[in-house]
Amino acid sequence: MGNIIKENLNPDGIDRRGFLKCMAWAGTGALCVMQGGVLKSYAFGAMNKHDLMGADFAFAQISDSHIGFNKAANPDVTATLREAIAKLNALPQAPEFVIHTGDLSQLSKAEEFDTLDQSLKSVHTGKIFFVPGEHDVLNDNGQQYLERYGKDTKGDGWYSFDHKGVHFIGLVNVMNLKAGGLGDLGHDQLEWLERDVKHLKSSTPIVVFAHIPLWTIYPQWGWGTDDSEQALSYLKKFGSVSVLNGHIHQVMQKVEGNVTFHTAMSTAFPQPAPGQGPSPGPMKVPEDKLRSVLGITNVNFVRGKHTLAVVDSTLQDRSMEAMPAKEETNQ
Amino acid sequence: MKGYVLRIGAFAALLAIGAVSATVRANYFARAAENQPAAISITIDNFSFTPKEITVSKGTKVTWINHDDVPHTVVSTDKKFKSNALDTDDKFSFTFSDSGAYRYFCSVHPVMTGKVIVR
Repeated sequence: MGNIIKENLNPDGIDRRGFLKCMAWAGTGALCVMQGGVLKSYAFGAMNKHDLMGADFAFAQISDSHIGFNKAANPDVTATLREAIAKLNALPQAPEFVIHTGDLSQLSKAEEFDTLDQSLKSVHTGKIFFVPGEHDVLNDNGQQYLERYGKDTKGDGWYSFDHKGVHFIGLVNVMNLKAGGLGDLGHDQLEWLERDVKHLKSSTPIVVFAHIPLWTIYPQWGWGTDDSEQALSYLKKFGSVSVLNGHIHQVMQKVEGNVTFHTAMSTAFPQPAPGQGPSPGPMKVPEDKLRSVLGITNVNFVRGKHTLAVVDSTLQDRSMEAMPAKEETNQ
Repeated sequence: MKGYVLRIGAFAALLAIGAVSATVRANYFARAAENQPAAISITIDNFSFTPKEITVSKGTKVTWINHDDVPHTVVSTDKKFKSNALDTDDKFSFTFSDSGAYRYFCSVHPVMTGKVIVR
């Protein structure tokens, strides 16, 4: 599970030589601790209590709930969303807020958003932040999405906020897509982003979240964002940038220089690994395997060290709940 | 008197030309109807349009049908036509009255592109 960066020549920039691929495929649990440009990765069993001790705060990410989907890959996506919420509520450290990285609905229908909202009421957390997926902005250019989830946002729904010294940026890359292209941020949003981070100190930890990955995973399936490099160029000066995405319904991680990229599992259905299927559509797995490929992401931030520990756990994975007990026995 | 006859002749000739041209047109349309159905289907399977490129005659009604488990759209790059999101088995039709090349894509998954050529 993963490797440690052996060479990191340029910790301030995007360094392709010193890049590390830490892939935690769906069905596994992995802990990645990021310090400066160095990422350490642990399997769950190998975790040390110091890795999470002193975490200043925790937040969580869920993604791709696709409420309204009812096909073979998962006929009851509301049930699995509720299981994901139960997992959030059972985390050892309650998330101060939750980020949903889009595809809340399957078809942008009012009743689908209603069901999602109803389910999310039971999450024990301070606030839930959203960015839209392409399924949430069908037919109306995202008007309904903006009315429901984007009241205090700019443009098509982008925004930023600060939490305990960390600057969070929610981006929208599912609007005005161009024929033959990938995800798209667009000129207005890029301009806003440049202004938004201009006056921040380079020591400010940055967390960026958006639906479609902001790194090119598999362009043949549209898994990337056309103008993401431009966006990342504005974040070069920062020592710690974490990018959280959804869309591909599986865990994938990569570190390039100061930037850690991470994609989350879906709460609804899995999709194939890049190129490993006829299309990126919903993948049917045996019924008893479904909960091993759906899940949540929990992120712990340790102030001072600028350490962000990203932990993925599946709906059937019990190791997160078991973790505090295990740490005590290690002592 | 002579001029009058000539005029009648010219009129008859015009009628004859008109009749011939009407026959030619009728034959053309009969042949077009035989060789080229006035309705064509394009299927959407596994995030692609099949056939990806097709040539049809003027006046053909083209219908797209989505067989995927995910919604797709059919959107002309020149804004000539635009469907709503098509759920599984939903259809969208457009009748092409003018000749030309019409590129289109799925605005939800823009890697999906296709082309209709109208002759």
